[in-house]
Amino acid sequence: MSTMTVVESIRRTLDEEMARDERVIVLGEDVGQSGGVFRATDGLQAKYGKSRVFDMPVSEAGIIGTSIGLAASGLIPVVEMQFLGFTQQAFHQVGNQLARMRYRTRGSLTMPVTIRAPYGGGVRTPELHSDAFEALFAHSPGLRLIAPATAADARGMLAAAIRDPDPVFMLEPLRGYRLVRDEVPDGDHVVPFGKARIARAGRDVTLIAWSAMVQVALEAAKLAAEEGTDVEVIDLRSLVPLDTDTIRDAVKQTGRVVIVQESPLSGGFASEVAASVANDAFLYLKAPVCRVSGYDTPYPVPHLEDHYIPDAQRVLRGIRSTLNF
Amino acid sequence: MKTGTVSPIGRHELKVSQVLNESGELVGELPGIADDRLADMFRLMCLGRRLDQKAIALQRRGKLGTYPPLSGQEAASVGSAFAMNLDIDYFVPQYREQLAMFHWGLPLSTYLLNRMGHPAGADLPANGRLWPQQVALAAHLPHAVGQAWGLQLQGKPGVVLTQFGDGASNEGDFHEALNIAGVHNVPVVFVCQNNGWAISIPWEKQSAATSVAQRAAGYGFPGVTVDGNDVFAVYAAVAQARARAERGEGPTLIEARCTRMGAHSTADDPTRYVPADYVAEAERRDPIKRFRIWLASRGLWDDDREQLCIQWCDEQIEEAVRAFDATPRPDPETIFDHVVAHPDLRLRRQRDEFRKMQEKL
Ligand SMILES: Cc1ncc(C[n+]2csc(CCOP(=O)(O)OP(=O)(O)O)c2C)c(N)n1
Repeated sequence: MSTMTVVESIRRTLDEEMARDERVIVLGEDVGQSGGVFRATDGLQAKYGKSRVFDMPVSEAGIIGTSIGLAASGLIPVVEMQFLGFTQQAFHQVGNQLARMRYRTRGSLTMPVTIRAPYGGGVRTPELHSDAFEALFAHSPGLRLIAPATAADARGMLAAAIRDPDPVFMLEPLRGYRLVRDEVPDGDHVVPFGKARIARAGRDVTLIAWSAMVQVALEAAKLAAEEGTDVEVIDLRSLVPLDTDTIRDAVKQTGRVVIVQESPLSGGFASEVAASVANDAFLYLKAPVCRVSGYDTPYPVPHLEDHYIPDAQRVLRGIRSTLNF
Repeated sequence: MKTGTVSPIGRHELKVSQVLNESGELVGELPGIADDRLADMFRLMCLGRRLDQKAIALQRRGKLGTYPPLSGQEAASVGSAFAMNLDIDYFVPQYREQLAMFHWGLPLSTYLLNRMGHPAGADLPANGRLWPQQVALAAHLPHAVGQAWGLQLQGKPGVVLTQFGDGASNEGDFHEALNIAGVHNVPVVFVCQNNGWAISIPWEKQSAATSVAQRAAGYGFPGVTVDGNDVFAVYAAVAQARARAERGEGPTLIEARCTRMGAHSTADDPTRYVPADYVAEAERRDPIKRFRIWLASRGLWDDDREQLCIQWCDEQIEEAVRAFDATPRPDPETIFDHVVAHPDLRLRRQRDEFRKMQEKL
């Protein structure tokens, strides 16, 4: 075990995967000499050379589209999108092209492409650098969508993504990059997709979160404990595939669910989770499913973002409302 | 090559390279192509012309879905395909390049199944060098660049050919793909078939540029304009571009100025927007007519051979239609096939439920 931050764990995994399989290449904006704006690829070009780590033109659709061809040629591209917001510039290449290439060709072209993108706000970035639109990607069949919250999961899930024969989109908790630090297993560590993690056990209420919101949920659980409420926290970590079984079992125990997401309320991924609760555990519910969420506004400017992003107090209010229903 | 023709397209007069003029006379240097390959090229072009007629008829009878005819563009499609090396090269098509796809080994019957909307129409030849046809305009251009770049990085042989229309050249993907191809000097040949129309939008309303080819200058590699109704001009330009790519000198953009004789697709009515003089010009510039005249002048074509050729085309088409008629309807459950390599529980449950529903029906 070693203790490290999320960004360190990502860097280490990229390094190990590149060492393990020489087909693995890294490409993106500023990923080479500069090591990426968050330094997630720092040192890789120096170690593996300019024929495996590529500084690409500022060209999001081009980067994803080119990766599709690179994958077809026999390579395993790991793409860094500088910020999730700018992946919109390449959305058609992700959703319409990459995600459905296997389907379109009945399996003759497969796409072992991993896309990594920092996601979410809370670090006072300029406009469009914080937007959290995971639901867009969750709605693209053929694409895996993962959102680890810890350094250990970032390592295990990124390794799984790179080794997966299908395209995987990994949302990385931007504000957790350096803030979140935990024990990361040594040796080969792979976290399979579709298995949620119980981040904290509890009997009274189930909190469901992913990515940076897991920390917020854990804080809220602590506050609730002071009020005598025993809160369980589930870290989904994989949105597609979604571990509906763990969600169902948790709701059967507690009967009360609060889902926390950073993105706008309407059409967000929390709605998908709420629907799965309604479908699988309706008769166990003691209160309506509560969503604590960003608002249906564009992501606000830095001075106001703290009011937008759910914090522990807002989650606590959600917990109280389900308890007092 | 000599420059001669004045293109009928756009507000600017443009000189384009030509080898074989509208009257079937040689006006430039003939690329070295063996006689039997010349006959193969001609036959494939004829197959395209006859397939258009048959496919449109099948579409009218409700047997095929929307069909994109390519009459008028046979020289551009076939000329560029024949200039490539089928043993090592790749082809990344848009939706109108059925003839080049046949050249890369796609069976005609598979193509018909595809147009009919049958899942078996997605099967690609086992050589792995033909990509599926692309529906989203220009979205395949970065794929072609990636494929070519990947070959180069791994020291694998081969050059990638990709085709698209003038409309597609206004998409962001076109520009991003060409830019990346230039930066990484990848072995790719871009062939734009500029027929002057993107459905009903004429070139001069698509772009203020004089040509598509001139845009290559902005990406640091050559762009050339050729008479796209002249199979030799297209062949020569693509062969040169291919040789450049193979020598490690990077990409080339070729603009083949061609004419579309019919509609954009079976869902389109060109009489609403195409002026009569465009139609007349397209007839005058017919790529098949001039090729036939030249072949005959060389003693490589005559009435007997013409008869045999028509018979061959019709046999190919009839056989494909028979195979297509004989293909059973697909098992509905195949909609769940090939989504991902390892379907997750949710998808498996959806599939199970679907199966139960089908069994009850
Ligand atoms: C991204 C995208 N936008 C719109 C369309 C609808 N569409 C299909 S064909 C076409 C015009 C294409 O013109 P061009 O690229 O010149 O090719 P041509 O059909 O003339 O061969 C349009 C707008 C599409 N297929 N893809």
